[in-house]
Amino acid sequence: MMIYLQLFLSYLKIGFFGFGGGYAMLSLIQNEIVEQRGWLTATQFADIVAVSQITPGPIAINSATYIGYSIAGFGGSVVATFAVCLPSLTLMLLLTRFFLRHRENRFVQSVVKAVGPVVVGMIASAALLLMFPRTGENENFTDVWSWLLFIACLYGSFRKVNPILMILLSAVVGVVIYALVPMMC
Amino acid sequence: MLLQLFTTFFKIGLFSFGGGFAMIPLIQREVIERRKWIDEQDFLEMLVLAQSTPGPIAVNTAVFVGYKTAGVAGAVMASLGTVMPSFMAILMLALFFAEVRDNRYVDAAFRAMRPAVVALIVAPLIGLVKGMRWYLMAVSAAVALAVWYFGFSPAYLIALALVVGVVIAVVNGRKGVK
Repeated sequence: MMIYLQLFLSYLKIGFFGFGGGYAMLSLIQNEIVEQRGWLTATQFADIVAVSQITPGPIAINSATYIGYSIAGFGGSVVATFAVCLPSLTLMLLLTRFFLRHRENRFVQSVVKAVGPVVVGMIASAALLLMFPRTGENENFTDVWSWLLFIACLYGSFRKVNPILMILLSAVVGVVIYALVPMMC
Repeated sequence: MLLQLFTTFFKIGLFSFGGGFAMIPLIQREVIERRKWIDEQDFLEMLVLAQSTPGPIAVNTAVFVGYKTAGVAGAVMASLGTVMPSFMAILMLALFFAEVRDNRYVDAAFRAMRPAVVALIVAPLIGLVKGMRWYLMAVSAAVALAVWYFGFSPAYLIALALVVGVVIAVVNGRKGVK
């Protein structure tokens, strides 16, 4: 029972402070799930982010479902997914009602401006945490290949290559260089 | 109407890989052009709102459209529709992922996917930073360092930003600045 409550509170917090959507929410999720609760290692977290990229739906929902399931089974996945949506549902509902009457609310505009740079910083920290985790062993960027893959995908992103295609291609490259080649040598 | 909201957003959720901004063209086609639930003006307003409200952008847009079309029940049905495909896909994956995770080929694939994922996060970041003033960039850098290096919870930093935003609005209001 305790674990459901913890999951609910953690994801409620992630949903409530998750401004800027997807990537900005990653650092929140990482801080809460990996550093504070210790439910996952940094590497397991990176794997879930990779899985989220190739499955449909928002990353926040994907991670909530996955982490909820791996910690407390089906019930856990329902609790975490519901909790992460709850702040959205209530706040957005209130704002929609209220905004329809006050299109250019001074407070809303001012808050949006102040939150902007924090969101950018959160996205940057999500990338840094995945590259050089603070806790545990670093299992990402361990060799030259990972840097080459990183640079190739960065270039691909700027050329507007489909992200799902890039992730799947990286997986194929990974199987070749990390599994097939060492086996033959 | 409620069922239509559910099925339309189910479709949007199902085809939105990578989340967030990737689904905007899809929403435009389904909600504005096909169903005519909202118009272009509403759509722009919705994007501003969805980005300034916490939570997944996809759910935020679903709540907006659902509420405008069919009130609170509409908002609930539309968000349920958005969440469902993602929820089911991940659940199925989670069921069998644990079994194959230690397989050497799967492990090799994940080793290569991790740096690829980081690249997908860094790319839009560069675009965001380019347009910023230097002092705002310094704020972003400080936030990144605090969260990554010092393990600060981003939640506190967001809370602080909310307070700063409100204070600025009050001060500007006193001065009579528009």
